Amino acid sequence: MSDASINASNIRDDEPSFGDYFALLKPRVMSLVVFTALVGLLAAPVGVHPVIGFAAILFIAIGGGASGALNMWWDADIDQVMKRTKSRPIPAGKVEAGEALSLGLALSGLSCIMLGLATNLFAGAFLAFTIFFYVVIYTMWLKRATPQNIVIGGAAGAFPPVIGWIAATGTMSIEPWLMFALTFMWTPPHFWALALFMRSDYDDAGVPMLTVTHGRRATRVHILVYTVLLAILAVGTAFSGIGGPIYLAVAAVLNALFLHGAWKIYRRDEDDSEADNFKVERAFFKLSLLYLFLHFGAILVEALMKPYGLGGW
Amino acid sequence: MALRKEHELHKRRLGRNLGVGLLLGGFVVLVLALTMVKVTSTGFKFPQAQSQTEQN
Repeated sequence: MSDASINASNIRDDEPSFGDYFALLKPRVMSLVVFTALVGLLAAPVGVHPVIGFAAILFIAIGGGASGALNMWWDADIDQVMKRTKSRPIPAGKVEAGEALSLGLALSGLSCIMLGLATNLFAGAFLAFTIFFYVVIYTMWLKRATPQNIVIGGAAGAFPPVIGWIAATGTMSIEPWLMFALTFMWTPPHFWALALFMRSDYDDAGVPMLTVTHGRRATRVHILVYTVLLAILAVGTAFSGIGGPIYLAVAAVLNALFLHGAWKIYRRDEDDSEADNFKVERAFFKLSLLYLFLHFGAILVEALMKPYGLGGW
Repeated sequence: MALRKEHELHKRRLGRNLGVGLLLGGFVVLVLALTMVKVTSTGFKFPQAQSQTEQN
């Protein structure tokens, strides 16, 4: 047998492409991680060299992607059942679960070590903790054990601005935790609205979503309560070191709209929702995406204006 | 499975190899850039000089 010969029986017709491996990193979630981490880094009261800042954001994003790959490895069984996740690389049969595990572990190690070397060890260690929290505490343990899974998962998704801040300063203070709290409190109403109009998905997968365990009425109440608490927090942040008049104006408008949406969801019953195919819930979900983006955008604008004597109070 | 001279599989492999190659090249450039930034920063000390300073 010459070196050039190929054993045809070993060749998979569906060999994964580069894009299939990239999809394991959950690029859409990664874009949220990149944006919020960037805001955390730039809102910090310390100047960062552009190359170091770029490296920090890149390795935080890779760390986030690694958590996504490990999440897909562990959740391959339920991803197969849910319509929303059926086309992910593992359930679609494009990538082996073991490959996702290897990629996730390798990228986790690489991202934490490189972030530690590029910025400071505290940032690297905090990224390692975030990956551990998302993969072990959320994905492996609590996601299938409690209807508060979304609340816990929200914490993992809320860490990136804190890591960005630590990468810049090497220390911790109240401001990054306000950014953490913003994402943390935003996640439950965002996902519970999704669960209301994607209901069969979570039912079929047996994930104890609030809609399944406590009913849809309770979910509507939860959305309203979390939105009220979120609004207080989001507007209150305007008066902290990362806030300012622009942020206050953005927060006032968005929170009024968000509260209005949550109130409408609370007032509706299932018949109303079925009648218009969950129009209000879908609109609330769409607004929630804009809500988070614009809040962090406003924090970024305030931070970028500070060197010119503008921004902040 | 018989392979034609130019199978779709080859394109996918080429894409994957190019992707990995570019990523590795980018990583090397990034590490180089980080090193340059670190060693040219004002507070930089060579490890040996640093340990001697600590001993004194």
